[in-house]
Amino acid sequence: MVDTAARTTAANGVPGPVYDEPPIIEVRGLSIAYGGKPALQGVNLDIYRHEIFGIIGPANSGKTSFLRALNRMDAFTTGMKVGGAIRINGKDVSDWRNEYALRSRIGVVFPLPVGLPLTVYDNVAFSPRLRGIRKKAQLDEVVERCLTRAALWDEVKDRLDSLGSLLSGGQQQRLTIARALSQEPELLLLDEFSIAVDPVTTMRIEDVLKELRSELTIVLVTNLVQQARRLADRTAFFLMGELVEIGATEDLFEGKVKDKRTTGYIEGRFG
Amino acid sequence: MAWYVDRVARVLVFAGGISAIVFIVGIFVFITKEGLDFVLGPLSLGEFFTSIAWRPTSNNPTYGALALIVGTASVTGFAMLLSVPLSLGAALFIAEFATGRTRETLKVLVEMLAAIPSVVWGFIGMSIMNPLIIRTFDVPVGLNVLNAGLILGLMAAPIMTTIAEDALKAVPDTYREAAEALGATRWEVIVKVVIPASRNGLLAAVLLGVGRGFGETMAVLMASGHAINLPTSPFDSVRALTATIAAELGDTVKGGAHWGSLFTLGILLFVVTFVINLTADIVVRGIRKK
Repeated sequence: MVDTAARTTAANGVPGPVYDEPPIIEVRGLSIAYGGKPALQGVNLDIYRHEIFGIIGPANSGKTSFLRALNRMDAFTTGMKVGGAIRINGKDVSDWRNEYALRSRIGVVFPLPVGLPLTVYDNVAFSPRLRGIRKKAQLDEVVERCLTRAALWDEVKDRLDSLGSLLSGGQQQRLTIARALSQEPELLLLDEFSIAVDPVTTMRIEDVLKELRSELTIVLVTNLVQQARRLADRTAFFLMGELVEIGATEDLFEGKVKDKRTTGYIEGRFG
Repeated sequence: MAWYVDRVARVLVFAGGISAIVFIVGIFVFITKEGLDFVLGPLSLGEFFTSIAWRPTSNNPTYGALALIVGTASVTGFAMLLSVPLSLGAALFIAEFATGRTRETLKVLVEMLAAIPSVVWGFIGMSIMNPLIIRTFDVPVGLNVLNAGLILGLMAAPIMTTIAEDALKAVPDTYREAAEALGATRWEVIVKVVIPASRNGLLAAVLLGVGRGFGETMAVLMASGHAINLPTSPFDSVRALTATIAAELGDTVKGGAHWGSLFTLGILLFVVTFVINLTADIVVRGIRKK
């Protein structure tokens, strides 16, 4: 880890990953199975603060399962069993008696945008209200700030009272990002966020993510190898339930790999 | 050959579809025709809706249906007081909390409950609830609004539960996951996301329950005491519109004023249940459009 630190930190004044402090996420011997069928096995990795950590791999490689385990989403997937340890800020996620408090600190963006059946405003105000914020002025401020950070404010500021589901696909996905930001999370998990988003919007969201890195830590699961290249500081390659390797993103894309399969996937020979 | 089968199938399906309309119009025409002579003749609307004197067999007959209308309304209202919270609670449990075996078993049991014949419910009202109410509340008669309301509430609950559960299940799981990922507890998800999203379906379930209560005859006849009376407490006996028709129609002269008056009660019931069902239907359509 230390050698990558020198290369990726603070290239142009923007705060980058902090590799010389303890990691925000430590994963040890993680295994996930659905109804006894393993989906992911023996995963060990660390994710550092202010890092964009990319996860690439073909379908069914265990990427989404990994994300779901991070914020205890296994609780509502019947038959999903998680073994091993995941520590966030040094505390094992299974030690949180109140998993809702854990989830409230982790923002999640799903592959297909899920606008709750509420107005644009209420979508973003949902999480602050759960935290007990009731004052209109305070909510207004959070809604505007989060929508602005998600690069959506200008497009929706005149229609905050219309249903979130009436927005276009790309706008809805930015709405879910704004909603995730309204949790004031220290960790943002994105699961193939660009599947239902046009390329221009994808680029806008990618710019948003690059800026957000200075405030929080991002785990980016992506089906687009080039997206990992554009965004991720380090990238992990998952294949059929196995963590094949982790490396600085540049290294992986320049062919400095430990495993031939990684290059094969990156260059599109399978996947 | 395939063309031939297609033709025949089309005609059969069309006949099946159109028959519903034919029947409903036919029934309405029949009831109206039988009641029309009475409506245009001896009926006084003022007396019908304001008097409680229902004496169709007296030498000087009066046809005040107020007590019957209030009887039906009070029993139905009481039934809803019991069955709405009960069935919404049951639906929430089955749809949101129960999993696997528990869920399947409960669903089957609730559906079986809906299939119990109403005369059996009436029997329970007479032989179990009646003495129970007399003993528990120390009242002279146990066949009253309370008894009929309880029985009717239990009867309407299964159908309401089934429809409410369908409405809750129609809310996509992605909403639940998204809300839980935002840190909402199960209960917050239900109150803030699932119930608002299924509001129309839940309302339709309640309305269909009301319609069921309104139209129920046998159980109400057996459990309500069947006494013409404006109830002032749940322990008063009442008589329902439906029960009156069922009990009296056999003793009337076909085409006479009494006969016609019972059909007029039928028209009233038909119109009320039709309006309730229509409202429920419009409400359900509202959900689908969204």
